[in-house]
Amino acid sequence: MFLIHCPYCGELRDEQEYRCAGEAFIQRPGLDCTDEQWGDYVFNRTNPKGRVVEQWAHSAGCRKLFVVERNNVTNEIYAVRTFESYKEQA
Amino acid sequence: MKRLYRQANERIDRSKEIEFSWQGAHYNGYAGDTLASALLANGVKLVGRSFKYGRQRGIMAAGVEEPNALVILEPDTGYHVPNARATEVEIYPELVAKAASGIPSLNEDLRAWLKPFHRFMGAGFYYKTFMSPASLWPKYEEQLRKLAGFATAPSQPDAETYDHYNQQVDVAVVGGGAAGLAAALAAANAGASVLLIDERSQLGGELVVDMGRDPAALEWFKQTRAALEAHPQVKILVRTTAYALHDFNLLLALERRQDHLTIGARNPKQSRQRLHRIRANKVILATGSHERPLMFANNDLPGVMLASAVSRYQHEYSVLCGSKPVVVGNNDSIYDVARDLVKAGTRPTVVDCRLGYDASDLTKIGVIVKQGYTIVKAEGRDQVEQALIAKTAYNETHGWVVGNATETLTCDLIACSGGFSPLVHLDCHTGSKPWFSREYQAFLPACDKADRYVAGSVNGHSDWQGAAAEGEYVGLLAAGQAANPAAAPKLLKVADFICPDLGRDKVFLDMQNDVKASDIELAILENYRSIEHIKRYTALGFGTDQGKTGNVNGIAVAAKVMNLPIEEVGTTTFRPMYTPVTMGVLAGSEVGIHSDAQRFTPMQASHLAKGAEFEVVGQWMRPWYFPQGSEDMHQAVARECLAVRNSLGIMDASTLGKIDIQGPDAREFLARVYTNNWAKLAPGKCRYGLMCDENGMIIDDGVTACISDTHFLMTTTTGGAARIYTHLETWLQTEWPDLNVYLTSVTDHWSTTGVVGPKARRLMEKLCKDVDFSAANFPFMDWREATVCGIPARIMRISFSGELSYEINVQANYGRFLWDSVMEAGKEFNITPYGTETMHVLRAEKGYVIVGQDTDGSITPYDANMAWAVALNKPYPFLGQRALTRSDTARAGRKQLVGLLTDDPNKVLNEGCQLVAETGSKAMIGHVTSSYFSPVLGRSIALAVVKGGLDLIGTKIYAKPLSYEVIPVTIADSVFYDQGKEKMDGEV
Ligand SMILES: [Zn+2]
Repeated sequence: MFLIHCPYCGELRDEQEYRCAGEAFIQRPGLDCTDEQWGDYVFNRTNPKGRVVEQWAHSAGCRKLFVVERNNVTNEIYAVRTFESYKEQA
Repeated sequence: MKRLYRQANERIDRSKEIEFSWQGAHYNGYAGDTLASALLANGVKLVGRSFKYGRQRGIMAAGVEEPNALVILEPDTGYHVPNARATEVEIYPELVAKAASGIPSLNEDLRAWLKPFHRFMGAGFYYKTFMSPASLWPKYEEQLRKLAGFATAPSQPDAETYDHYNQQVDVAVVGGGAAGLAAALAAANAGASVLLIDERSQLGGELVVDMGRDPAALEWFKQTRAALEAHPQVKILVRTTAYALHDFNLLLALERRQDHLTIGARNPKQSRQRLHRIRANKVILATGSHERPLMFANNDLPGVMLASAVSRYQHEYSVLCGSKPVVVGNNDSIYDVARDLVKAGTRPTVVDCRLGYDASDLTKIGVIVKQGYTIVKAEGRDQVEQALIAKTAYNETHGWVVGNATETLTCDLIACSGGFSPLVHLDCHTGSKPWFSREYQAFLPACDKADRYVAGSVNGHSDWQGAAAEGEYVGLLAAGQAANPAAAPKLLKVADFICPDLGRDKVFLDMQNDVKASDIELAILENYRSIEHIKRYTALGFGTDQGKTGNVNGIAVAAKVMNLPIEEVGTTTFRPMYTPVTMGVLAGSEVGIHSDAQRFTPMQASHLAKGAEFEVVGQWMRPWYFPQGSEDMHQAVARECLAVRNSLGIMDASTLGKIDIQGPDAREFLARVYTNNWAKLAPGKCRYGLMCDENGMIIDDGVTACISDTHFLMTTTTGGAARIYTHLETWLQTEWPDLNVYLTSVTDHWSTTGVVGPKARRLMEKLCKDVDFSAANFPFMDWREATVCGIPARIMRISFSGELSYEINVQANYGRFLWDSVMEAGKEFNITPYGTETMHVLRAEKGYVIVGQDTDGSITPYDANMAWAVALNKPYPFLGQRALTRSDTARAGRKQLVGLLTDDPNKVLNEGCQLVAETGSKAMIGHVTSSYFSPVLGRSIALAVVKGGLDLIGTKIYAKPLSYEVIPVTIADSVFYDQGKEKMDGEV
């Protein structure tokens, strides 16, 4: 059971307050994409072992979504960041 | 067996005699006794029959590791506890206990019919023997089920309650022995808040044995405990088992708050057990170790016990486990046990497989010490009567070589020690692997996770002073203080495992599951090589004790058979729970009515007064139908349906999800999440919307009202409200953060009263004077700001029945007043309240879908025949738009929503019923999604999804319910009633 630091609430809170909202930064293709590309976008996930980058939502808190970088083998959390912080970086 | 004279450090209270019942007979013990110590004091040797072979079994251990003495407490009452360990049960006045196995009686063996099979009942016996012919399995199973498992399940509902408790602490210490006590005190003195947890009724752990041997230990314990109890920073939980340690130091512990009390003396207002969810900054594991039995023939005979348990019974309960003991083992600890037994007035014989231990203090007083010998077999009829011993020799390549029995020792107790297994369980729950110490012949904790420490005998310490010193050291570290490292553990000298010859002798590893050493060999012969596979094939460690005494011995046998070092065989995976946890405490108070939230609309009291029956829809208690007199559901629904069609009905639609959407980009947002157009919807207008996921499948629908250009009110399905709200805010925050839109869930803010039927306008004109209700000025799909019965309201002219219908939305706290006022005003129109069942019939008559009933996540808007709700020309494609042209989504022959009419108008199909094209066909072409008897049409109607169904209108197909009937049906348009929409404007 993780403890996750919500970047909006600024507090370390129990995993029960959160919801994992799946892999982050999946590119949404446009209407002109192929069937395969759309199927890939809808159904296929990278599902790596080790470092994962996920969307999490503080569903029983501020209801904001943000990014959690963590290790799904050791359960170590490397970083919890807002989407905006990635934009600034890029 | 007998009770010794009073000892200074004993933990029984001889002034409080306690009478209890065991197997129907009455016995006496003292306060402080466990059921096991009281039975031993009463000379009860036989406590169970074994799982597979029906062998007699006695008490072997003194703690949670006990494999044999499983008992049922308070049988067949609301306090029934199956499979409690007698070694953990504190006796209380009027306790009723019986053996969990051996029903009906311990003296008769129910498994006698299996005896001829015993030779063949090795690993995999059940798989191999009873699986064929398959047709006979039910018969085998019936017999085997009687034997399988241990105790019977409770027959009564649990009479007690449970709760959960969250707490946070700087340092959590698991284990109240020397190491744990020292750690807790050191951490607290260094300023940390400390929670000390121990599973026994009193602190002390195995130190209780040292306290009987060493006055200094007793004095240290008294002082340390007093300091802890007085310390404002320390909280102590006894009778509490820390059963799981999860990531981020989430420690789960079960506190037994009332199990030790007489049933009548328990406080019914207090929970029986409490689950503590502890978040600790640091966790100190001072969990101790369990002794391992030795492996020899008939090592399961009553009277074979763990040596340390014999000492604990002696020191803690003043119970002497045998008058003619043999103490046998492979390590130095057996000599201390022998000294205890001498002190208790017996003359033990000591058998040590090794040479060289200086036992002159014992030999001097006439104790026979046989070094270079070990036990090969126990013999006796109902209990141990003699021990056969043989010479041992050790060589580096083969380990121990044991000769033939040379000597027979008469005895009534075999106290044995095969070394100790540290309780690494909690450390392993988060994925750490224990490492094997050759010197200590045991798996020791890796303790390689952050914010965690181990101390004491779990770390290999054999003396209480060393354990306490290490405890103090880690206590300081955990509290953030610098400390000088404790001395290296004084490891007990333990010899290699003595693995038995794998002949036909019954050498038991796992007493609870009747797994023998030869079963391990058989599994390996059959090529099960991984210890995880060997475990599963033989059931080693699968009992309620999870192999606490047997697993490591099993690993040693496997290593010997495969000729591998033990560390290469490794351990099986340690998973929570450490010891069994009641289902009740996991559920806590979330049982019965509290198992899920129940939501009520503001009109609930009025519905109850009308005698409504309710159904649960997404936590909401919705009126299902309103029976009058002796009506059953069908009669009530028929009456309600006709009232709506012919005059006036009223329904509570407050439960629909409502999301308030505001912001400059609100309209654009709607266009993206709904399949249809929103660009031109003017304030004062409403529109039906259809929502798809990115796979193009329908996930929700509902009506959205345009309040202003920047303000909309969306409704969702009742059950989908929370999910759709989450869906919308996820898109806003992740893909479209540039849209300036704010969402607010307002489901509970509004109550909605639907007034439905041809007379609806008449009624509204009575209730509301500031709105023109004429069809021309208040057309279908408009809404008006109004005052109804003096209350500010939004009236929406929308319909889920095809009738003229107004939905009056008022602030929730006016909901019941409005409902009652409408009921009163509607009397002249015979206003009829109706529930969800009638609502379903009415909408099915009109072919309106219910998302989640007529759709199942595999239906596109086109499949649902709702192409009219799909706008492909919006500037920003709606969610799921691209998917609608994918090859599978666009192909011909998809299941499409159609109507079905049975040839027999009175035959109502079952929902879910399969449809086929030909009477004899087994190829399913679709299924029924909704089916009702329509009172207004006087016949059965159904909605169904059928492959290519929209092109098959008029075709005869067949419904095949589970009853093997074949019911002819005709595919029809899904609108059954008022296809010309003549009723939409009601009575003009
Ligand atoms: Zn938050």
